Amino acid sequence: MDIALQQILNAAALGGIYALLALGLAVVFSIMGLINFAHGELMTIAGYVLMFCGIAGIPFALGVPLAIVAAALSAMAMERIAFRPLRNASGATLLVTSFAVAMILQVLFQNLISARSQPVILPALLGQSVTVFGLVIGVNKIFAIIATLVMLVALEAFMSRQRHGIAMRAAAEDFAIARLMGIRANTVISGAFALSGMLAGVAAVLWVSQRASVDPLMGFTPVLKAFIAAILGGLGSLRGAVAGGFVLGLIEVFLAAFLPASWQEFREPIGLALVVALLILRPNGLIPAATLQAQKV
Amino acid sequence: MAALLKLESCKVRYGAVQAVRGVSLEIRKGEIVALLGANGAGKSSTMNAIAGLVPVADGKVWFEGRDITALAPEEIPVSGLTLSPEGRRVFGTLSVDDNLRMGAYAVRDKAVAKRARERVLDLFPILAERRTQYAGTLSGGQQQMLAIGRALMCNPRLLLLDEPSLGLAPLIVRQVFDLIKKLRDEGVTVFLVEQNVAGALAIADRAYMMGSGVIQREGAADDMKRSGAMVASYLGGH
Repeated sequence: MDIALQQILNAAALGGIYALLALGLAVVFSIMGLINFAHGELMTIAGYVLMFCGIAGIPFALGVPLAIVAAALSAMAMERIAFRPLRNASGATLLVTSFAVAMILQVLFQNLISARSQPVILPALLGQSVTVFGLVIGVNKIFAIIATLVMLVALEAFMSRQRHGIAMRAAAEDFAIARLMGIRANTVISGAFALSGMLAGVAAVLWVSQRASVDPLMGFTPVLKAFIAAILGGLGSLRGAVAGGFVLGLIEVFLAAFLPASWQEFREPIGLALVVALLILRPNGLIPAATLQAQKV
Repeated sequence: MAALLKLESCKVRYGAVQAVRGVSLEIRKGEIVALLGANGAGKSSTMNAIAGLVPVADGKVWFEGRDITALAPEEIPVSGLTLSPEGRRVFGTLSVDDNLRMGAYAVRDKAVAKRARERVLDLFPILAERRTQYAGTLSGGQQQMLAIGRALMCNPRLLLLDEPSLGLAPLIVRQVFDLIKKLRDEGVTVFLVEQNVAGALAIADRAYMMGSGVIQREGAADDMKRSGAMVASYLGGH
């Protein structure tokens, strides 16, 4: 029982990171139909900012907001430079462009920083564990769970109450009509990228907190997982992205914990098979995007 | 009297297809003007071109003496006109209240937006009752009310309505037409596209008849009604 509870906490910590990343992908996808594979590089940028802050002796508490802001600004720059000129291009064109952006950034990291993994100096506290009700929990995991919850609550409040958040939802549903109301296309898209960059920045801080290193390809694996989570949840649906992230985290952590040792090498394919099975049961995802529902009616 | 809205040989193209082939028309302040014609005549394309949803390939659009031909759609409500689009297109995943809030997005002054909201809820008591409901759960007639209400939220001096009666029950259609008259009495100039020719001519001051992308006839609504036989033959009845 205790082991199960322990693993649920681990799953929440990992799933939370996937959820934040999947949300970032979903925010941009819901508005401009772009699956941004350069999302992982935003994470990597945030990771490098944390690394440089550590080297420069800037305290972690200051490095974290700097890393998040850097990721958000990079996302906005990415939109301005790479995606805005292709505003009305097809989804495939945008997808290929995002691959190009990702590769260019990876090469820049390799040549300008280092091709190898670099250590990130973290506060000692993050490496410690605390015992709560007989469960031993890493401080970094608690940090991840709390940060994820705070982000999700803040985002929900922004999307449901703030004028700009509501405008984003309106634009996601019907961009042409949203513009007719005076909602500026550039503002909404730029805002969506800033939001997705911020989410990638937070995810990067949590990811780095558990690994204490950063390398040029750091963002690739988690964002690939987040992409799976976003599809599982229902592409373009924000709540779906969160649900997909947590479900994927749960599947991964539980397979790692409870699969017999001889089966462990098949962990990933088994996890993906479970995702496929879920998608067969719910082809539009766990919580399909509203626009998709509307089309079905 | 100077025209509120003036189109000078406007053209709209979709690729190789020319949907609107040089339309010129004028709307004067305080009028209700109907744009009539069969399916595919280019009525909605004309409306969308005025609102900036589709680009004007050639020609000019003047509003209150200002050239708005090349304005982006998001600039149009700021300039004082707005379109309630064909098929209503309310934001189904937003509450009724948030739909109205988005309608006032272009309005900077909070007090003005608040007054607009009170006026809309006054005009449409049903929307006040369903404020917190998702717009997607409203009936067709209620969604049409919301679409018109949303358009009114930016206090337009000219309201473009594209097929406001489409798909509505006859009783609701009458309500919508009554409402259009009421809006005009409150000082809003209305330019509407309608397939319900009889209903539109009953409330309109003037009408334009469009076919194959050009204006084929124009005149006072009463004259158009009197030559009803011709209208009927052209539109195949109604």
